[in-house]
Amino acid sequence: MLDADFFRRWMTATAASVEREAQRLTALDSPIGDADHGSNLQRGFIAVVNVLEKDAPDTPGAVLQLAGRQLISTVGGASGPLYGTLLRRTGKALGDASEVSGEQFTDALRAGVDAVMALGGAAPGDKTMIDALVPAVDALSDSFTAAAAAAEEGAAATIPLQARKGRASYLGERSIGHQDPGATSSSLLIGALVEASGE
Amino acid sequence: MSDSGNTADGLVGIVLVSHSAAVAASVAELATGLAGGGTIAPVAPAGGTADGGLGTSAELISAAAASVDRGAGVAVLMDLGSAVLTVKALLAEGDELPGNTRLVDAPFVEGAVAAVVTASAGADLAAVEAAAAEAYTYRKA
Repeated sequence: MLDADFFRRWMTATAASVEREAQRLTALDSPIGDADHGSNLQRGFIAVVNVLEKDAPDTPGAVLQLAGRQLISTVGGASGPLYGTLLRRTGKALGDASEVSGEQFTDALRAGVDAVMALGGAAPGDKTMIDALVPAVDALSDSFTAAAAAAEEGAAATIPLQARKGRASYLGERSIGHQDPGATSSSLLIGALVEASGE
Repeated sequence: MSDSGNTADGLVGIVLVSHSAAVAASVAELATGLAGGGTIAPVAPAGGTADGGLGTSAELISAAAASVDRGAGVAVLMDLGSAVLTVKALLAEGDELPGNTRLVDAPFVEGAVAAVVTASAGADLAAVEAAAAEAYTYRKA
């Protein structure tokens, strides 16, 4: 079973991972975006860690809803509402249980990913974070490690795709050949589950 | 976050969300200037990030919406990508924006002028939204 502590560790591990990889995320965002993905997410997850330390919500759902809310208000770019919605909807789907099963978490994360697709209008293959998140959710019932590997593969698989959403879509064919920064940061988020679980 | 012109109770409020503080402020100035004359609906720009950079600030948007709410509803117009996503995410939150707040799908500059002129004439939120959206149909060539 997964408790509030697990979800706090997930957010802390994501913040650390985003911090480590911020330059890489921004480098990926330079040729096809506006070169701020790393710094934007870094600012957002620092705020998440700070608020979780202060408020210390005691259910998994409350941890994720608070984290999501922080991201929406602090990131400043599209990744704020997108990641914020992902975490908030996942948290809402978990309800107010003090512990949740892996299966409940998988279902909740799927609801979160669906909400992101509805918000941004992206589908798999559009070269967005969805290309990492959908395979991750599909693999999540096996293990966190499997989900992390699926997310990384999904992110790498965005390289040959042409962007159809967001700023990168204005570049048309010139977006081909670059790994999507949003799919990459999504693979960091999923990878942090492994750290949080000690798997 | 100040309202422009002579504002009155009972008018629909307008929030202009841009990635740039200068763009949001200038479009607000343009729209209120063209609305001219008598009473002008409350208009608030919400541009850029809280620290003055380019981007979208949920905090600035919420504050702007609260500042123009006179009880007749608030119409929010946005420029690009993350501005749209942020407003949608705030609306989904439920309690971040005044109760009768609507995301208006309209061209930013033309829609803002249409919305402010219509709201200043005392139209309701649906009419303001329709006038702003109507601006999409005006072709320039």
